[in-house]
Amino acid sequence: MSLDSEVELIRRLPLFAHMDLPTLKLLCFSSERLIFDAGQVMFNFGDAADAAYIMIAGHVAISTPAPTGPVFVGTLGPMDIIGEVAIFANLTRTATVTATTRVDALRIEKEQFTSIIRGNPDAAVELIRQLATRLAKTTARLTETVAARAPDPRAASAPAGGTGGDAGFR
Amino acid sequence: MDRSLFTFILRYSKWEQLRIAPLVLGTMVVYFFSLDLPKTIINEAIQGRRFPTPEATAPLFRIVIQLPQLFGGATLNLFDGIPLERIPYLFALSLIFMSLIILNGALKFQINTMKGWMGERMLRRLRYILMDQLLRFPLARFRRVKSAELATMIKDEVEPLGGFIGEAFISPMFLGGQALTAVVFILYQHLLLGMVAVVMVTVQAILIPRMRRRLVVLAGQRQLQARHLAGRIGECVDGVVEIHAHDTSNYERAEMSSRLGVLFRTRFEYYQRKFLTKFVNNLLAQVTPFLFYTVGGYLVIMGRLDIGALVAVIAAYKDLPDPVKELIDWDQERLDVTIKYTQVIEQFTVEDIASAEVQRVIPTPELPRDGSIVASNVTLSDDSGAPLLNGVSFELPLDQNVAVAGDHASGRTELAQLLARLVIPTNGAIKVGGVDLVNAPEAVTGRVTGYVGAASYLFPMSVRENLVYALKHYPVRERTYLERERPEREFRLHEAQRTGNSLLDINADWIDYESANASNAAEIELRIHEVLTTVELEETILELGFRSTIHLDHRPDLADGLVRARQAMLKNLGESGVQSLVERFDPERYIRNATMAENLLFGTPVGATFDTGNLAGNAYVRKVLAETGLAGDLLAMGRKVAESMIELFSGLSPGHEMFERFSFIREDDLPFFKELLAKVSDVGLDRIDAADRDRLLGLSFMLIATRHRLGLIDEPFQARILIARRYFAEHLPEEMRGAVEFFDPATCNRALSLQDNILFGKIMTTQAGAAANISRLLRQVLDQQNMRSLVISVGLDFQVGVAGARLAVADRQKIALARALIKRPAVLVLDQAEAAMDPTSQKRIIARILEGSKGRCVIWVLQRLELSELFDQVLVLQHGRVVEQGNFAELRDNGGVLHDLLSKA
Repeated sequence: MSLDSEVELIRRLPLFAHMDLPTLKLLCFSSERLIFDAGQVMFNFGDAADAAYIMIAGHVAISTPAPTGPVFVGTLGPMDIIGEVAIFANLTRTATVTATTRVDALRIEKEQFTSIIRGNPDAAVELIRQLATRLAKTTARLTETVAARAPDPRAASAPAGGTGGDAGFR
Repeated sequence: MDRSLFTFILRYSKWEQLRIAPLVLGTMVVYFFSLDLPKTIINEAIQGRRFPTPEATAPLFRIVIQLPQLFGGATLNLFDGIPLERIPYLFALSLIFMSLIILNGALKFQINTMKGWMGERMLRRLRYILMDQLLRFPLARFRRVKSAELATMIKDEVEPLGGFIGEAFISPMFLGGQALTAVVFILYQHLLLGMVAVVMVTVQAILIPRMRRRLVVLAGQRQLQARHLAGRIGECVDGVVEIHAHDTSNYERAEMSSRLGVLFRTRFEYYQRKFLTKFVNNLLAQVTPFLFYTVGGYLVIMGRLDIGALVAVIAAYKDLPDPVKELIDWDQERLDVTIKYTQVIEQFTVEDIASAEVQRVIPTPELPRDGSIVASNVTLSDDSGAPLLNGVSFELPLDQNVAVAGDHASGRTELAQLLARLVIPTNGAIKVGGVDLVNAPEAVTGRVTGYVGAASYLFPMSVRENLVYALKHYPVRERTYLERERPEREFRLHEAQRTGNSLLDINADWIDYESANASNAAEIELRIHEVLTTVELEETILELGFRSTIHLDHRPDLADGLVRARQAMLKNLGESGVQSLVERFDPERYIRNATMAENLLFGTPVGATFDTGNLAGNAYVRKVLAETGLAGDLLAMGRKVAESMIELFSGLSPGHEMFERFSFIREDDLPFFKELLAKVSDVGLDRIDAADRDRLLGLSFMLIATRHRLGLIDEPFQARILIARRYFAEHLPEEMRGAVEFFDPATCNRALSLQDNILFGKIMTTQAGAAANISRLLRQVLDQQNMRSLVISVGLDFQVGVAGARLAVADRQKIALARALIKRPAVLVLDQAEAAMDPTSQKRIIARILEGSKGRCVIWVLQRLELSELFDQVLVLQHGRVVEQGNFAELRDNGGVLHDLLSKA
């Protein structure tokens, strides 16, 4: 797939919808096109967050480590963005992402991603909007969890969520 | 060192100076005759005064001695001469004239050569002496002088001395002789006029040096300012990171400008004074003839002086000003170089310099191996006299390892340096196995102790050379010279001897195998690999080896190994089911992970001919493209690349890092390509000139299909490149065969790195994790093929760069540790030599070093105190005193100083 088709693809993502064409093209050009085989780990919990991924084809599973072994949190598929929040905050990965099928993805390095967001106020606002929505959802869920936790403490050990893209991992 | 330049010159070149003197006298005699002869030729031969008749002859070489009146005034006819007729006489005289000129030239040539040699020898000696001093400076001295200043002193400031030393005695002798003769002659002609000349010369000789006093001061200032300038430049180089990091480049510019301004002022005044002095000097020289004309003329008119005498005096005076002027110039130079000498010597005269005896060559000194280190009442004070260590006493057995704990003001670093005898204690004694460490020669201290500080220096040479550096104490094995090399060797040795230089042969084998517990070069290599493992550097060096290209001429064993490894790698890839991770160099396929240029060449360029940057301009490549019908399409592709690049990168702010990382076009070239594209749309692709065409073509050569995804290299196009690839190889002219090393599965490619030789393909960059997977497989292959040590050996040839700058800081520190370990010192002193490593490596490496040094003494000033638990005992310092000594666990729990230090950390 060539640069132009990649650009067409990522334009459909809300985050990039308002960016001008040359910027998107530059974003694609400076990113890496990667194939993950089924079973291959994209990144592990605790790794340094050095890049974000845009899924083009295939599916991944998200899990977090727990004393009893990895806990499955959710799956992501085509047109999802993975790990974009952590790269803005200098955080480490808060979940492990593993390809469940053959995955075709665009890997955007932290520096490229931030420099492009920095140059695009519209994209920055869109990013804030998305993060705010996500935060609201997480907060709501947290409230539910805390409320649920009061009578039975064991319920909290199973992470909430599992609803896909906005699972709250970074 | 001699305080006075002339003492120095006399001490070392007295005999050479004396040997030149007779030659100088010889030239004067020859010169006199060659001046006198033309008169004879003209008067006697040409005008024929000697030949009253055509048949008359005149004697040649007639020697007649006129005895002085005292002895009766008789004439002794020693040789009647050869009678010659007029024409032969003329030719004979002319030939003699020519011979005299040749003789004079030959003598002068000889004198100049001798003077030159003498000067150069003295310069060599002086530089060597200075370097010798420098090597004996106490460490504290280096905190106050800048390396660039020392370099400029040894290299530049003493340079003019070489020229002067040749003239130091010869010139005043020669010129003084000439001047004196002239003066005596004038006095002889007329006492009064002679006195006038003498007075004027005396005035000149007194006034001019007085005027030059200020010049001397200025010359001194100029020298110091120039030296500081050199120092400042060195500082800017050393501190270049700070300059960029703090945006102080303009401050540095202003600083430099001010410095150059001051230097300019000094030089300006210097030259102004110099020319003024010159003017006065010339004027005074001309006053004398003025006096001769006026006073002498007046006397002649008044009849008190005869005209002949006046003419003779004036004629004789003509010869006086030149030597006097030159003498004065000589004097000026003398002042200059004396100042230079004094100012350099000042810097190299250090009070507590180590005696030469301390560094004398001792091939195999007696080294203490057992007993203990005993420090008794050791005190060390700093420049101001404040104590850094105060009455330190302890005893450490030589078969134990000791951690030194203390904060940065505890004197721990000073103690480490004392134990390696890098500094001398102000008071007290340190003994190692009964040997007095304070006064022992360096041959003992440098071998019985090893020292690594927090900031170690690596020399700009290969890793291996840096490691064995610690074993080069003296030339262990003489080098045998071939018959044809011997004269050169003899010459060098002889000259070194004459100039008091070191006679040790740098070409000998200096590596002391024995102290590394080896008996030959191969075993040293094994020792090196061992220490690399100890300091966990093996993997780094292996990686460097993988990335190196090798000179197969030096390593014929490698070529076969690499081809075998290549086959094994192919097999392993297949067995692991990951063939797809490497895109092999297959002559029948377009390699999508390689550049268009690599695909066309199907090989690696050797030298510049087929370098990617030059490919477009290469006539043969253009012919290949034309013959295979690719030229137009590639050019069009280049145009598209340029358009894409301009579209992608034009919007970026200047200096954006994306240019550097991703663009085909350098930021500065963007406007050029914009213009070029405009030109192309105006006149069409086929009308642009050759240089522009090459630039566009060059862009398409850099394309990598998988990486750049511009959609320009589709499969039909790939097939066409394959045709061009075959055409390129088949028609390659004989003389270009050496410029490309084709990918051939059966032979080793000397232009590829070791890794690429084994892979024999490109890593599939689009496959996630390919690089890590390949790296694992590569190591597997190495182990199967027993090639790991071979690749490490290649990695050891890696040049570390200035101060090891091409390596990571932690790796530099590891090399410094390995360098100290390889000589297996009885006492290994380490001052935070692990500081640059991460905490977990620190612990592993310390443990491994202690394990490997069992039975020997390791004294380690630790960065992380909790690691003291690895040591037999702990020495705790506080405010320059030993406050605790003992077992770690006990000291940790007893609530003392170590306990406090640990809880603070």
